[in-house]
Amino acid sequence: MTTSRDESHDPMPFEEWDRPREAWLLSGDCRRPGQRSLLLEMTTRAVFPTVLVFSLYLLLVGHYGPGGGFSAGLVAGLAFVLRYIAGGSDDLGAVVRVRAPAVIGTGLVIALLTALAPVAWGAPVLSTTKLAVALPLLGRAELQTSVFLDVGVYVLIIGVVLDLLRALGTGIERDMRDAGEDA
Amino acid sequence: MTTILTLPVLLPMLGAAVTVLGSRWATLQRVVGVVVLSVVAVLAGVLLVVADERGPIVTELGGWPAPMGIALVADRLSALLLLVSTLVTLAVLVYAIDQRIADYGRGTASTTFHPMYLMLCAGVSLAYLTGDLFTLFVAFELMLTASYVLITRRTNASRIRAGMTYVTVSLLSSLLFLTAIALIYAATGTVNLADLAGRIGTLPSGLRSVLGLMLLVVFGIKAAIVPLHFWLPDSYPNAPGPVAALFAGLLTKVSFYALLRTQTLLFTRDEPWTLLLVLAVATMLVGALGGLVQNDLNRLLSFLLVSHIGFMLFGLAVFDAAGVAGAALYAAHHITVLATLFLVSGLITRRTGTVALDRMGGLARSAPWLAVLFAVPALTLAGMPPTAGFVAKLALLEAGAAAGVDTRIVAGVVILASLLTLYALVRVWVRVFWGKRRAPLPDEDDADEVVIGTARSSVPMYAATGGLVAVSLAIAVFAGPLTALTARAGADLVDPVSYRTAVLGARASR
Repeated sequence: MTTSRDESHDPMPFEEWDRPREAWLLSGDCRRPGQRSLLLEMTTRAVFPTVLVFSLYLLLVGHYGPGGGFSAGLVAGLAFVLRYIAGGSDDLGAVVRVRAPAVIGTGLVIALLTALAPVAWGAPVLSTTKLAVALPLLGRAELQTSVFLDVGVYVLIIGVVLDLLRALGTGIERDMRDAGEDA
Repeated sequence: MTTILTLPVLLPMLGAAVTVLGSRWATLQRVVGVVVLSVVAVLAGVLLVVADERGPIVTELGGWPAPMGIALVADRLSALLLLVSTLVTLAVLVYAIDQRIADYGRGTASTTFHPMYLMLCAGVSLAYLTGDLFTLFVAFELMLTASYVLITRRTNASRIRAGMTYVTVSLLSSLLFLTAIALIYAATGTVNLADLAGRIGTLPSGLRSVLGLMLLVVFGIKAAIVPLHFWLPDSYPNAPGPVAALFAGLLTKVSFYALLRTQTLLFTRDEPWTLLLVLAVATMLVGALGGLVQNDLNRLLSFLLVSHIGFMLFGLAVFDAAGVAGAALYAAHHITVLATLFLVSGLITRRTGTVALDRMGGLARSAPWLAVLFAVPALTLAGMPPTAGFVAKLALLEAGAAAGVDTRIVAGVVILASLLTLYALVRVWVRVFWGKRRAPLPDEDDADEVVIGTARSSVPMYAATGGLVAVSLAIAVFAGPLTALTARAGADLVDPVSYRTAVLGARASR
């Protein structure tokens, strides 16, 4: 996990400013070549950011249409699952540097504070309101405050998926390596 | 006041989130856990006082009105049980923290224990406070999911086996619960308990019986009613001491509370329920007789736990105000006393290195305080006067004697089961505390969660156990006001109209 990252701390020469950043590509040294699937890796490279953007769309559209924090979080989680399947745990570790429990905790805190925030305005717990702002050029934009709860759920679910990958994916791989089997 | 009602659920959740984020700082986790549960205990006390003086407190989440939105309701029964449960969770948490400090040193943090513990507390609070059948399901799932983690932490082979039984049975009952909710919603078009109370009476009586029996089976599995109790003596004894105390004190009683609430609110009856009387007799006798023949201290306590679920069932089966009041008082007493006994069992095992009764002895001389800590809750559980158990049993017996011939016979079984309980506990006393002193047995499995046989127990562990004994004694000292309180709670329960009006207001008449 660390070996492929160490060189990125070196100052990059100016003429190589557009060199692809490793985090968005599968780090090549993570698996034995015989186990790699080039097709899957290339597809993942294209699909990973797309899926993340789609999950953000689902998150924001959720108040009026199908979607919402939970399904958006699962979709985003699937993007990480895809990376894990294509690149293994080393690649996932290169993409996600935070600990999964911290992600879960952050999501839960966001959701709970959103639930409690209306109390400050004298409204019941969990109530929502519509904020409307006039933006230049774009016109009137509306924001349901329940979107913050959805953001909390979104982060929480991503954290849960990452934790599952850590416990059931990487953990089992490590146990198999320790037992002397080929992971 | 309506905000206070949501805090017993939201604060432990927030605490869980903070303890996950701070999973590297052991002290932060401990402080957050204890502070959150202390605050919830105070809030529960406030809720109890207010609910007793002004009637049920209701809040509608998000401001959505009750039959559509989710209502939280605190009436006398739920506030009382919430208060007792929170005191128990607080004491067990202090015990667990100090056991951890004693075993692993002050700096050892845990990623899972504190968050899961607080999530379980949030689930317990939500189960007591919700006025909505589906939210009740969510509360149970919250509670059970956290308990799956707690029972399978740092596993060894026997604990995995026990955990699998526990998880499988719990999932099965949850599936049944969900099916029952779906059927109830299909039949009535609502899951709000107050709204259901009005609508379920209009269903054909056959359908109503089926729905009532489905809920009885669901909560019967979770509350370990004979013959659905088989999973409990297999799984609880394998959990580490404080976790077993938490489960024994709370989980089955929350299920009993759900049974009490749904049966009194939705499926009202005018006379004693014969089926439940039979189940109560079976539960009392099977539990007590099973307890007599156990050699494992925790298994013995688990069987006694099952036996005393039968006492509460008897109160519900009588189905009048006095019986239900007795059941409520018994539940409050039972939560404290079972948790205390499992904590004491943990202390005994730390001293002797075993749970087998025939391999211990002489603790009365080597650990006199432990003997006191065991004797008081043991006498309470057996229902000797003047303890809380006697007060609670007296309320049940009075209700049974007044209700008819059937219930008088069952009241006789109550006395028999109490005597059997006393016999089982005297057997423990003779084996563990009398006899010649024995050297502690060594810890067989170093790798698991529990360090035993070292006689190393910190003062706070004793203090936490002593605190629970004090709560139990307080129930006896304040028996008068408490009996009056539960009598009022019982009167509330057998009269669903007051609950409906409190939740639905003017909409109740529709």
